[in-house]
Amino acid sequence: MAEETKAPAAAAASGETRTAERSERPERSDRPERSDRGPRGPRPGGGPGGPREGGRKYFRRKKVCKFCTEKIEAINYKDVRLLAGFVAESGKIVPRRLTGVCTPHQRRLSAAIKQARNIALLPFAGRAQ
Amino acid sequence: MNRTYELMFIVRPDMVDEDLNKLISTLGSSVTAAGGTIKSEVWGKRRLAYTVRRFNDGIFVLLIIEGAGSLVHEVERRLRVTEQVIKFITVRTDEELKRLDKIKKLRDAKKKTSAAPAAPVTPEAGGEPTPATV
Repeated sequence: MAEETKAPAAAAASGETRTAERSERPERSDRPERSDRGPRGPRPGGGPGGPREGGRKYFRRKKVCKFCTEKIEAINYKDVRLLAGFVAESGKIVPRRLTGVCTPHQRRLSAAIKQARNIALLPFAGRAQ
Repeated sequence: MNRTYELMFIVRPDMVDEDLNKLISTLGSSVTAAGGTIKSEVWGKRRLAYTVRRFNDGIFVLLIIEGAGSLVHEVERRLRVTEQVIKFITVRTDEELKRLDKIKKLRDAKKKTSAAPAAPVTPEAGGEPTPATV
C-alpha cells in the first residue's frame, strides 16, 4: 500500500494516523491519496450515516416504500384516501424521492392517480373542495 | 376471451333512483344478451373534485363486466348517448387480477411451508435423523 511508504514506524492503516500525518507533514503532497479515494469528499466512510459538512445533500434517513413494507399489492384508482396521501396540496403527484416509494410502485401509483383524476375523484389542480 | 373490465360512471345528482336502476338493468341486459356477466355497485352521491358539466356532485356507479371487448364498446356507446351520464372510465382488470392472484398464491404457499415443519418437529424430537457430516 502507498501509505506504508510514507508512514512512520507506528503507523497503522487507520484514518486517525493519516490526519496526524497530514498535520505533521503539510509539505507532502497528499493530493494523489485523495484522488484515488474518489471525488466524493475527504471521508466517504462517514457518508450516509452521518454526512458532515458539504455531504448533507445525499441520502437522508433511509425512507422505505410504504407499499413494500405494508405489502399493499393492489393500488386502485378507487381508494382515494390511499392515493391522496401521495398528492400534494396543489394536486400534483409527489415525487418519489420525497415519499420514498420504490419505482414499480410509483409507476402504478401515478397511473392510478391519473385514472382517479379522470373520473373526478382527485383534482387535476388546486385543492379538492 | 374472458376479459374483465371495470366501468365506473357518474350520473347527474338530480337523477331518480328508479331511473338509475332502469339504466343499469338495460346495460346489464345488453351485456348478458351478448354473453357476458355483469355486476353492479352503486356508490351513491359524492362530491366531485372538479366541476363537470356544471355539476359539483354526482352519483357514482361501478360495473364489473366479464366478456369480450366488443361488449364494453357497446356499453360505452350507450353511456355516451345517455344524457344523464356525465363521465365514465373503463379499466381492464384481468391482468391485474391475475397478478394479485399469483402473489396471493405465493404468499399462501410460503405460509404453508413455514407453518408445516413446526407441527411435526415436537413429537419427533428424539427420533430425528441427524445428518452425519462430521
